[in-house]
Amino acid sequence: MESALAIISGSMVAGGIFLLLSQNLVRMLFGLIMLSNAINLVIFAAGGLTHTKPALIKTGQTILHTAVANALPQALILTAIVIGFALLVFMFVLFYRSYETLGTVDTRQMPESDPEPDHGAGTTTTRLEHGP
Amino acid sequence: MNSIILKTATRLVSALVLVLSIYLLWRGHHAPGGGFIAALVAATGFALVVLSEGPRVLRRGLRIRPQYLIGAGMGLSMGAGLVGMMRQQPYLTGIWWPSANAVVGTPLLFDLGVFLVVLGAILTVLLALEES
Amino acid sequence: MSNILIYPILLPFVTAAASLLLWRKPVLQQALSLAGAVGHLAACVAVFAVVRGGGIQALQVGHWPAPYGISLVADHLSALMLVVTGILGTATAVYARGELPAHLRAKSFHALFHVLLGGLSGAFLTGDLFNLYVWFEVMLMASFGLMTWGQRRSQFTGAVPYVVINLLATLLFLMGLALLYGLTGTLNMAHLHQKMLTHEARGLMTAIAFLFMAAFGIKAGMFPLFFWLPASYHTPPIAISALFAGMLTKVGVYALIRTFSLVFHHDIATTHGVLLVIAGLTMVTGVLGAAAQNTFRRILSFHIISQVGYMLLGLALWTPLALTGAVFYLVHHMIVKANLFLVSGLSRDISGTLDLNRMGGLYRAYPLVATLFFIPAFSLAGFPPLSGFWAKLLLIQASLQIEHYVVAAIAVAVGLMTIFSMVKIWIEAFWKPCPPSDVDVAEVSYSGWKIAPVCALALITLLIGIGAEPVYQLADTAARELMAPQAYVQAVLKGGHP
Repeated sequence: MESALAIISGSMVAGGIFLLLSQNLVRMLFGLIMLSNAINLVIFAAGGLTHTKPALIKTGQTILHTAVANALPQALILTAIVIGFALLVFMFVLFYRSYETLGTVDTRQMPESDPEPDHGAGTTTTRLEHGP
Repeated sequence: MNSIILKTATRLVSALVLVLSIYLLWRGHHAPGGGFIAALVAATGFALVVLSEGPRVLRRGLRIRPQYLIGAGMGLSMGAGLVGMMRQQPYLTGIWWPSANAVVGTPLLFDLGVFLVVLGAILTVLLALEES
Repeated sequence: MSNILIYPILLPFVTAAASLLLWRKPVLQQALSLAGAVGHLAACVAVFAVVRGGGIQALQVGHWPAPYGISLVADHLSALMLVVTGILGTATAVYARGELPAHLRAKSFHALFHVLLGGLSGAFLTGDLFNLYVWFEVMLMASFGLMTWGQRRSQFTGAVPYVVINLLATLLFLMGLALLYGLTGTLNMAHLHQKMLTHEARGLMTAIAFLFMAAFGIKAGMFPLFFWLPASYHTPPIAISALFAGMLTKVGVYALIRTFSLVFHHDIATTHGVLLVIAGLTMVTGVLGAAAQNTFRRILSFHIISQVGYMLLGLALWTPLALTGAVFYLVHHMIVKANLFLVSGLSRDISGTLDLNRMGGLYRAYPLVATLFFIPAFSLAGFPPLSGFWAKLLLIQASLQIEHYVVAAIAVAVGLMTIFSMVKIWIEAFWKPCPPSDVDVAEVSYSGWKIAPVCALALITLLIGIGAEPVYQLADTAARELMAPQAYVQAVLKGGHP
């Protein structure tokens, strides 16, 4: 079972990185979604894969009597999903606003993030020579 | 969205969805459920209203700004941790009333805070997107 | 009961919640925000005092014993970082009061600001790796919101690479966490220290170590993963970019120091050897990148990278003197870098631009601002008796002590290039007469809100420089605790409270 999960999460990471390298903001978003889901699967596999019951105590008892599934990876995955969800929602809104402001989702057409135009490096050295 | 089917269905379904979310919040400590998922379900109920009736109806129905929900939720969660400190225990110690197996206690208050924060955050995003 | 450890985290979040509840009252919100920042500073100083008096403090949150629960741990390094966080938080809160117009200061700016401060405090105090991930995410989300504050067009193009690359770093961190959990079954750092001492799968442990190095390296601005930094740090409002520059990369450096001293100590030759090479490359590429720039803030952003190289050098050399130098450098650099960004804001207010070719004459018109630039800039470059001199001296001495002559030579050469960049800014912006153009050196009357934090930070730099011995002693204690983590493990695992 672990090998199946390893192959699946490996393929998802590969697919996610391929999408992340594209020139389109929306594809980058999908790539990040795939990547975060792949890592959640890795957390799941790291917790140990066993055929047992859920980690719930029956009513009327106070402790567990049988072997149950490891509850910690479930908590870790839940936290990772929640945080990933919040980040991806923010990214989606950011890309949407960028699209509205810049008019494109193609990263090749986005302007340089420089508020002022850069001058060439050559002028710097000459200026130093003319200093006081 | 101008659909009579959606409007009628929303009138029936959204109230049920909100009741389901309260149920999930209540049973969250000892059975599957919890604050985060209850907030997501409640946000689904509110999203139905926004999509069928429009954001203004939702704002009127909510009566308070979603940002207040976030602030109140954060305050409640942190206050739930302070209860333990008043009893000379570390921060966020679980204290239940009247006995250790009951439902009402600081974890429920903390979960309620989480519920309010997530609900407020999703409603803020939803209303901002719908109104722009 | 060390419940005191929760206050530096709790107070900023309470302030954030309260400022959300005061949505409609911006004046009260502003006052509350300043009070919260001062309260946070007080809490950090209190934690520092407790650690100085009583040794390493640990708190098991929720009364769950370690390693099952989350531990908050404060040793000397964490306490020092907290104090500097408190100082920078207050300074930038005061500066932001003077910088942003009233309609922008209202609404959720203060909530985001204090969530960022709370996340920073949490990251410095946590003793659990997954909790560190959570605090990194809290900081990331708050920084996303603050980065796009004001919604100018350049901010969107600056925010996109920042967001995507930092999210990628987070995902790498999470992957490393998953593999580490699968390997050892625990995520508590003290428990991990014990488990890694006896674990057999050395190759896998080294692989996971490099995964963590990549993840924290992206956040810290390590070579070759730093390209997001100059693309995005010069777009937000000045107070925000000062806080980012002073704090966010340093949390990455702190995380590297913590994991590579506490968790990944099984193969020092490989991991720290690679770090040594990377540190040298980081120093050189950062300063060469700065030499090619012509805008005030962009030069400063590249300098963050080269100075991070110095801190990584201290970690990579792995001797008590080197780690002392790294801790000293961390404290010195956080204050100096934030101060430089705030001074760049003052210069922009006078000249109307940050392009060095169009600025000039600031020394004649505003000698106070020129002095306030002079102190942190030449502290960064390493002039005695300012703080940067001592920090660089410690690191170079440490590398000469173990006969790493190449990297000592690189450190000295990079120091010279840093002087070149700072002198360039000094000549272009302050010394040369103002170029005849549409930009005129306006008659700006300063709000005390902006000058006061810059003066305070410059004063602290002077004090650290002239009174370096106490700071050296603190850094030395922190370094010795890092190199011998038994006290840390003892404080966490053998019960953090009576």
